[in-house]
Amino acid sequence: MNVNYLPCEIKITQQASTLVLALLGDWVLDANAPSLQPLLDQMLKGSSIQRVIFSTKNLGHWDSLLMTDLIRVIDQGHHQGIEVDTSTLPEGIQGLLKLVYTVPERLDAKRIDAKRHWLEWIGDGALAVIKEATTLCTFVGETALSLWALLLGKARFRRIDLWINIQDCGPSAVPIITLISFLIGLILAFVGALQLALFGAQIYIADMVGLGMTREMGGFMAAIIMSGRTGAAFAAQLGTMQVNSEIDALKTMGFKPMEFLVLPRILALILIMPMLCLYADLMGIIGGSLVTVGFFDVSFLEYFNRTADAVHLKDLMVGVTKCSVFGILIALSGCMRGMQCGRSASAVGKAATSAVVTCIVFIVIADSTMTLICNRIGI
Amino acid sequence: MSSVCLSIKNMTMAYGDFVIQRDLDFTINRSDIFIIMGGSGCGKSTLLMHLIGLQSPVKGQVFYGTESLWEADINVRQRILRRTGVLFQSGALLSSMTLAENIALPLSQHTKLGAMRIRNIVSYKLALVGLAGFEDYYPSEISGGMQKRAGLARAMALDPEILYFDEPSAGLDPISAKLLDDLIRSLRDNLGSTIVMVTHELASIFAIGTNSVFLDAETKTMIAGGSPKLLLAESTDPKVIRFLTRGEMEKHNSHNTTIQGHNAL
Repeated sequence: MNVNYLPCEIKITQQASTLVLALLGDWVLDANAPSLQPLLDQMLKGSSIQRVIFSTKNLGHWDSLLMTDLIRVIDQGHHQGIEVDTSTLPEGIQGLLKLVYTVPERLDAKRIDAKRHWLEWIGDGALAVIKEATTLCTFVGETALSLWALLLGKARFRRIDLWINIQDCGPSAVPIITLISFLIGLILAFVGALQLALFGAQIYIADMVGLGMTREMGGFMAAIIMSGRTGAAFAAQLGTMQVNSEIDALKTMGFKPMEFLVLPRILALILIMPMLCLYADLMGIIGGSLVTVGFFDVSFLEYFNRTADAVHLKDLMVGVTKCSVFGILIALSGCMRGMQCGRSASAVGKAATSAVVTCIVFIVIADSTMTLICNRIGI
Repeated sequence: MSSVCLSIKNMTMAYGDFVIQRDLDFTINRSDIFIIMGGSGCGKSTLLMHLIGLQSPVKGQVFYGTESLWEADINVRQRILRRTGVLFQSGALLSSMTLAENIALPLSQHTKLGAMRIRNIVSYKLALVGLAGFEDYYPSEISGGMQKRAGLARAMALDPEILYFDEPSAGLDPISAKLLDDLIRSLRDNLGSTIVMVTHELASIFAIGTNSVFLDAETKTMIAGGSPKLLLAESTDPKVIRFLTRGEMEKHNSHNTTIQGHNAL
């Protein structure tokens, strides 16, 4: 395959008003093509030139390189009103040129990046926010309707899908939840202990870890993990179904995608999140106890008694309630981004990304709001 | 012009223990429009995968000229495959890139051409397939037929000697399919490339095919080959005739053939 190509050249000779372009050598992509600019300039100034013809006696191999240069010459001739005679070119080239010029360039297809006024940017931004809010409200509304249908016993979805989703969201997530909550408990204990030990109040580490995990961190961390793990998965699954027209197929078969696809996912998360929250609380407390017992001279028994004294049922309930709300938010934003997904591979990526971002934003907002409410009403 | 371009020697294809096709033995000549045909599930697309280096045969060889594709080391294989272009069934354009970027991708990776030159080549290739001016469009913004033509422009980016097509006319209306056939033929005529096409579109097969191989799912091997028109006129194999006449030949043929045909199923 290592053919020795001859260098390509173009020889220009002018005979009266005719320009003769002699093409020499092999015009292939790897070759060093001579610059066309002098020729194009000559065609520009030379009002004396009325015709361009080609001589291809010494032309060897040719490919796209020659074609693109020929097109430039022909286009230049077209602009300057110079006749370019292609009839002496090899048949193959003539055939290709014919193909190139059969379909005229769609000028309206060209994209022009018009400069936009800054007011326009702001306006578009505002419109996008409104549109986003509308889709969110619509989606929440549709979800509520399908939940209502579920209560009336009219919602149609496969029970097995619910179980599969529960399996995916719950048991399969246990290892990562274990690891993260355990470490969070450990870190909470360490950070607090260093301060409390100054006053010899190590035993209060139990209070801090217990309350911190049950009221706030357990549910919060579980929710953050689940938004990355499950929210993104929902968006990617539904998005891919959108790309493959599977959702359209379900619609034509008379299923409501909201009931058939979204409902089992939301139900699964609503059922599983409180359990994951309780489990994360437990892991955090165990993590905290290991630090306290290991480094700060407190016995296991003391630690657990202290925790039992400090943490009340209402603290657990606050944490679990929050986590259930997070679960609904995760399922909603994951499914919403998936259902809105465009029809290409990059759209699926975008859907998964924006699902996680939406989840986390919602979780943080909801958490602050609920903490504030609990604080005000004194729970 | 009938030098051998590609030859398949005694090849067996399989997924694990499941044999798809065995004892495939045929050659593709330069400037052929070679059709790989057969019923659904007979291994046409799998054969294509073996030819374009995506899947290796269990047994046998694929020769590009005199070089064996699967015995060569990875660098040689890539050099061989650089001379080929593939149009996948749905175009397989990268959705995150514009048409121009899609076509420029192989050019910027495999050649040392400058940006200006690449832009000219991209415009030329798009003009060849009738998409001049659509450089800045994303694949999702154009129709399926246009995506397919853009995929063809990308397959041709490096001026390949062999162009592979997987079901080029699938999903196109008859007129677009005919235009694509004409385009394929005039590219072959003008560029002198060899075309290898997987298809079961009878209209295309008869309109542009110059040589072919017929794969049978049941006996798991090739049962016929040669020019499709000759095949229709001369073949005595009921399966081939049934395929090439959409099963309508049975009505005219003797009762005997019909029985054979059914047994064959």
